[in-house]
Amino acid sequence: MSHNHAIDRRNLDWYIDKAVQVLVFIGGISAVVFIVGIFLFITKEGIGFLINTLDLQEFFGSPYWEPSDEDAPEYGILALMAGTASVTGLAMLIAIPFSLGSAIYVAEFATGKTREWLKILIELLAAIPSVVWGFIGLTIMNPLIIELFDVPVGLTVLNAGIILGLMAAPIMTSIAEDALKAVPDRYREAAEALGATRWQIIFKTVLPAAKNGLLGAVLLGVGRGFGETMAVLMATGHAVNIPGSVFDSVRALTATIAAELGETAVGSDHYQVLFTIGLFLFLITFLINLTADLIVRGIRNS
Amino acid sequence: MVNDTRPVKLEIRNLNISYGGQAAISGVNLSIREHEIFGIIGPANAGKTSFLKAINRMDMFDRKMRVEGDILFNGQNVREWRNIYALRSRIGVVFPLPVGLPMSVYDNVALSARLRGIKEKAELDLIVERCLTRAALWDEVKDRLDTLGSLLSGGQQQRLTIARALSQEPELLMLDEFSIAVDPVTTMRIEDVLKELKSEMTIILVTNLVQQARRLADRTAFFLDGECVEIAQTEALFTGQASDPRTQDYVEGRFG
Repeated sequence: MSHNHAIDRRNLDWYIDKAVQVLVFIGGISAVVFIVGIFLFITKEGIGFLINTLDLQEFFGSPYWEPSDEDAPEYGILALMAGTASVTGLAMLIAIPFSLGSAIYVAEFATGKTREWLKILIELLAAIPSVVWGFIGLTIMNPLIIELFDVPVGLTVLNAGIILGLMAAPIMTSIAEDALKAVPDRYREAAEALGATRWQIIFKTVLPAAKNGLLGAVLLGVGRGFGETMAVLMATGHAVNIPGSVFDSVRALTATIAAELGETAVGSDHYQVLFTIGLFLFLITFLINLTADLIVRGIRNS
Repeated sequence: MVNDTRPVKLEIRNLNISYGGQAAISGVNLSIREHEIFGIIGPANAGKTSFLKAINRMDMFDRKMRVEGDILFNGQNVREWRNIYALRSRIGVVFPLPVGLPMSVYDNVALSARLRGIKEKAELDLIVERCLTRAALWDEVKDRLDTLGSLLSGGQQQRLTIARALSQEPELLMLDEFSIAVDPVTTMRIEDVLKELKSEMTIILVTNLVQQARRLADRTAFFLDGECVEIAQTEALFTGQASDPRTQDYVEGRFG
């Protein structure tokens, strides 16, 4: 009977196994807990404004943002949305070709030491804090743009777009390069054996095979652009304005929150409207990720 | 000998291949005639795959691979061909593991034609149907030409690979242990296809199944440790007339 006992006994391995299971489970659900927690917190802080004061038409339709006007505060975020969209859009126009180009070079052409060095440098570039990028925008890009284009101000959509594009490019490159590296070599060999040139191999086989990962890289860049605060605050000129050209100053949604939250009284309308903007940003990011997910799944299913 | 009247398609003179000083093929001489199925048998690491790679210059991107000697394709040394893409487009290759490229079945077969600049839909349709039919796959996929090639079963993917190689209209078809991931029934179907193709092209059949070489090859070479031990009429090898005892042992299954 003694051997049956041994089967029934919980030994150290059993307890370690259970403990690891529990730890991994906690790790797994913590992401969900945090995201729900953040959502609830933002909603709670902004809920008073959402229910009592919010006029949807004014909020999304008006370009006037004067929340600190004591007599007639105005809460229109149209100009702020235009600011964020224009800067992010320009940044993507710059970052997508740059990052895809360098990812293709690193993954398909560079070899040995060159490749290793490039990878290290790209990761290093991705690690530069955003305030440093903002500083570059403020002190280098600003006078450069004034000089080059003969315009009165250099803190513009152009400035922030370039800065944000350069900021987003390294991380996009990293993700895109991983996607290209994940394409099995036998695909390349098969195309090579058909007599495809290097470009044909890349364009006809490698890129189509990696399109999910590449799309992921681009959407990560878009998300980065939307969420970026510090560099955008420093390089856009921070002026509430619907831009007519890339030489106009704008203000971004995120920068508005960062610049104004410290000066508002907790619980005031102004405080609450900033949280409403936060909620809006949260939903946009959520939508971007959801779209990405659906697109990727759609590709996979077809 | 009937064989001798056919022109030489491929001639290998004193071929040496090494990877970082490690020899994979040493001193191989052989010639393959047009419309011949030339079998190559031998155990793993005999250098069979390296041999094929050298022929269509797949060593290009493999920096460690060093090739020395002459490989004459239609009498022209492939190491001196300026446009290796043109060379490769005349040589079809089928790899051990099937490679259905991650595009539709149709696009897989149309790829080579498109690389050659053929754009017309009707012409592409014709090529796709003809090649799939000849690879004995048409009936199974004709209703789902737009499914991903990589989603077909292993045996179907291997026939897709063969159809893709045929779409190049190759003068030389090289098969590298094509039946490794294919079921026996499919293997027999592909073998029948190869017998028919012989009238149109030259075929090099590297195989791990000695009986497959016996079924298909006109002549067979036995490779061992990078050396070409023996080349003979296939039937001779299997009827106890191999001149080297090692060949005899191998075809009788005593080693390898």
